[in-house]
Amino acid sequence: MRLARVIGSVVATRKHRTLVGAKLLLTQPVDRDGQPVGGVQLAVDSVGAGVGELVLLVLEGRAAGAALGRRAAPVDAAIVGIVDPTG
Amino acid sequence: MQLARVIGNVVSTIKDPGLVGLTLLVVQPLSPAREAVGRPLVAVDAVGAGAGEEVFFVRGRAASFPFLPAVVPTDAAVTGICDHWTTDDVPAGPPRRSPRRRAPRR
Amino acid sequence: MILAKVVGTVVATRKDERLVGSTLLLVQPVSPDGEPRGAQLVAVDTVDAGAAETVLIVSGSSARMAAGLADRPVDAAIVGIVDIVDIVETDDST
Repeated sequence: MRLARVIGSVVATRKHRTLVGAKLLLTQPVDRDGQPVGGVQLAVDSVGAGVGELVLLVLEGRAAGAALGRRAAPVDAAIVGIVDPTG
Repeated sequence: MQLARVIGNVVSTIKDPGLVGLTLLVVQPLSPAREAVGRPLVAVDAVGAGAGEEVFFVRGRAASFPFLPAVVPTDAAVTGICDHWTTDDVPAGPPRRSPRRRAPRR
Repeated sequence: MILAKVVGTVVATRKDERLVGSTLLLVQPVSPDGEPRGAQLVAVDTVDAGAAETVLIVSGSSARMAAGLADRPVDAAIVGIVDIVDIVETDDST
């Protein structure tokens, strides 16, 4: 898993039927200091993350499909957790 | 998944039986600010996308899933057409520019 | 998938027995314009591609989904011979 910051969302009316209803968020993987690492990933969200939050991102097809709760969903990235903010 | 713009398509007569009847799109990955990121690649179309459209695509083994139970040997598939996207630090961006066809390369 | 140009053949007498009978081709990834991009790689040919042809390469575990490659130890396969790459440019002047 990777740490990532949610930076936005995507609206797509036309998408594959296995993605209907899925929430699509733009995420920027970051290091422990919050600095961007690598390119932006579009991920499905099943935990209710919002823009600005630090999240746990899986970048692997099988795990991402499992997170979405749909077998054989064509996804390669999913948000599987929201990191608690530090005080 | 990654954002991308469809910049063209590939015509292939001789190909794997699993690819017959499918559209092969050339896509340029994009940043949320619509800058080209990395190299263009070829993705199989799973949603009816066309040149000039902004889409997202999936990589890896999961790219073959939209076509199940057919066995489609692909590592990239276009699985959605973007109406729009918003980010906290990038404006939604200008409307799409009109596509202009370049002479096909044979 | 990526576009590539066939630049050579690879002969390997000693190899995994599941590769026996496979044609191994050396390919150079290219841009849609046909310009070389990145490092050459070896791919299993499943469509009878020939020298200098532009081909379609599938990589990773998906390569084993190409016809005849199930359960074979490969990570790149040629799955199509490209006739035309048709690029539509967006017009910046409008």
